[in-house]
Amino acid sequence: MPLVSYISLSAVLFVIGVMGVLLKRNVLTIFMSIELMLNAVNVALAAFARHHGGLDGQIFVFFVMAVAAAEAAVGLAIFIAIFRLKQTTDVTEINLMRW
Amino acid sequence: MSFLHLIWLIPILPFAGFVINGLLGKRFLPRPVVSGIACLAVLASLVLAVGAIRDLHDEQGLADMLNNGTALSALGVRPSADGFGAVLGPTDPDRGLVLEASIPRARQIQWLWLSVGSVSVKWAYSLDPLSAIMLLVVLGVGFLIHVYSIGYMAHDEGFARFFAYLNLFMAMMLVLIMADNFLVMFVGWEGVGLCSYLLIGFNYREMFNPARHQSCADAGRKAFIVNRMGDFGFMLGMLLILVTFGSLDFGQVFRGVHALAEAPGSQSLLTAMALLLFVGAIGKSAQIPLFVWLPDAMAGPTPVSALIHAATMVTAGVYMVCRCAALFAAAPLALTVVAVVGGMTALLAAAIACTQTDIKKVLAYSTVSQLGYMFLAAGVGAFSFAIFHVMTHAFFKALLFLGAGSVIHALAGEQDIRRMGRLTRALPWTFGTFAVAAVAIAGIPPFAGFFSKDSILAAVFFEQPILWGAGAFTAGLTAFYIWRLVFLTFLSTDRVEKERRGHLHESPWSMLAPLVILAFLATVGGFLGVPAFLAESVPGLHAAAEWLPGYLEPVFRDARVAGTGMGALGFHGQAAVHGGVTAAGEWGLMALSVLLAVAGIAWAWLLHGRGGELAARMAAGLGSGYRLVRDRFRIDELYDRIILKPFYFMCRAADAFDRFVIDLMVNTVAIATEITGHVLKLFQTGSVRAYALSMFIGVVALLAFLVMS
Repeated sequence: MPLVSYISLSAVLFVIGVMGVLLKRNVLTIFMSIELMLNAVNVALAAFARHHGGLDGQIFVFFVMAVAAAEAAVGLAIFIAIFRLKQTTDVTEINLMRW
Repeated sequence: MSFLHLIWLIPILPFAGFVINGLLGKRFLPRPVVSGIACLAVLASLVLAVGAIRDLHDEQGLADMLNNGTALSALGVRPSADGFGAVLGPTDPDRGLVLEASIPRARQIQWLWLSVGSVSVKWAYSLDPLSAIMLLVVLGVGFLIHVYSIGYMAHDEGFARFFAYLNLFMAMMLVLIMADNFLVMFVGWEGVGLCSYLLIGFNYREMFNPARHQSCADAGRKAFIVNRMGDFGFMLGMLLILVTFGSLDFGQVFRGVHALAEAPGSQSLLTAMALLLFVGAIGKSAQIPLFVWLPDAMAGPTPVSALIHAATMVTAGVYMVCRCAALFAAAPLALTVVAVVGGMTALLAAAIACTQTDIKKVLAYSTVSQLGYMFLAAGVGAFSFAIFHVMTHAFFKALLFLGAGSVIHALAGEQDIRRMGRLTRALPWTFGTFAVAAVAIAGIPPFAGFFSKDSILAAVFFEQPILWGAGAFTAGLTAFYIWRLVFLTFLSTDRVEKERRGHLHESPWSMLAPLVILAFLATVGGFLGVPAFLAESVPGLHAAAEWLPGYLEPVFRDARVAGTGMGALGFHGQAAVHGGVTAAGEWGLMALSVLLAVAGIAWAWLLHGRGGELAARMAAGLGSGYRLVRDRFRIDELYDRIILKPFYFMCRAADAFDRFVIDLMVNTVAIATEITGHVLKLFQTGSVRAYALSMFIGVVALLAFLVMS
């Protein structure tokens, strides 16, 4: 398959992820959308790596996956704490940092 | 080992008294110990000074020290570096004793004090006839006033503080007198200024002038600030001297002056130096226009007025001018300024003294007036007569102040002569000694003031006839105001308040003994300088002819005023120079001044001897002129108007500028920051989605920008 197919897939996934982050209210959905964006990037990285015949991009994918796992763990921990406080998972109702 | 090696101890001893009494006096030492330490420190310095002066004039001893080979090796003598005299002591150029047998002068170099670049200043003392006379006057009168203070301050809770300050003053005054360069002199100069401030404000809680809401502390502050203006001139003069000659050492500077005076076009420089130094003297010695502090200095206890503001500190300006005689003599214009300022001050202050009603104020203006005489003498080149008058004035003015203190003490603080009178029976000793001093200052022969004042007037007559007129008139005024004071205080009618009359008592012996000794000195002190023509015609006086001017002559030898025959010795050789003047002329001048003095006394008796009706009628007749003099020519008010008011106006203008311009700029920045903050905080919504959206828009915009370019 040509490179453009992989890049297209990556772009579509990324846009879906962005839309999910911007439009969804549920925290868990937003997290999943973030994962989607990260994986879209992973697809692009792997595709380019293969296209150029190097291993750098593929190795970088592993790093992204590790960071994504860590980020999800920390983010979910924070949200459990917030959920205990406000009894909601709706981000529009969570504006503790407002002026 | 002679006393000359010990002159460094002379200022140290009173300083030690200051340290001991200042640190321990109040808490740990009983009053007799405090006063004992203070008086003994001064007495010990006096003994040392007498010994050193005796050794200074021991010509055989000096010659031995300078020439004798065995003495040389024993004392470690070698020729001094600059070829003048010889150094006694260790072979270190920054320490040791330098003798100049021709003056005679002994200089003791203590240590190298400052060394900056090519300038080095040594902490050095010098003893020569000029400083010897001043030392004896200051230590002698100072000791008497210390003794007097034991009685006068007996009931004061600040007893130890008073004696500590008094000792500090003595130490600083001795440093000033014995200084061998301008900077050491300046240390003493500022030191006595500090002590003056401390002692004027001694009763700092009390009001001194309720009408103007001035406390004693305010009076001290006024003295300090007015003096500071003079000191500024002194400092500028020192800097100019340092820049010109590269040294502050008296010997080097005056040798430089002689060299410079030969050079063409150096007059303006020398005049500038002399006038700047004279500004310092104007401040310290209370001359026009800086004399306003001295009358207010009477806020201090009376012994302080006697010691600092009559006998010693205020004569420091005269002493400084005489010390710099070589410089002033080389700048005739500056010398004329000195004479004019002195003459005008003498006249103005004497006129004010005639109208004052506070016993100490009369004496204060009298002091200003007498200091004017001294500058008048210095201004015509008769430096030795200026010092002669410093000495006699110290005797009779200290006596007048101490007598006034005795009266004030007896009347429990009363100072207004309108509420005195008929005190001769209650205070016989005080009255007797006060009358002696009043005769002396009035210029009745053979008392001290007669000889010194008459010498000055005769010298002025030949140099500045117009100023002589002012001086002679002042002599008449002097006799008038001082005898007006005597009549109103001791004689005339009884105007003492009833409750004070009961309190009347003669002062204790510790106060009377100094009075009697000073009365003796005020009587005979003048015989140290009997004019030559008088000495020759009166049998038995021949030996006394111009002893003091002759004694001081070596110091002023180089200070002959160019173009005239004056210089160190007043009368000697004067007849030859001023061809027409004969002994008959001098007799005539002397008779005239005695006549003026007698007329002044008679006038005082006429106005104030019995009742005061005639005086009151005269005052009413003179009207606004009299009121102007009584209000001290309203000079304080004038200074208020032309100096203080503009100064306060400038202060308020600066305050307004600070408030409305500087603060405006600063506040504008602050307000702008605040407004920006209020706008920017709107972005802080707390909504994660809004942040994400703005991030997204940002990234898109950035990408768009990159792609476009």
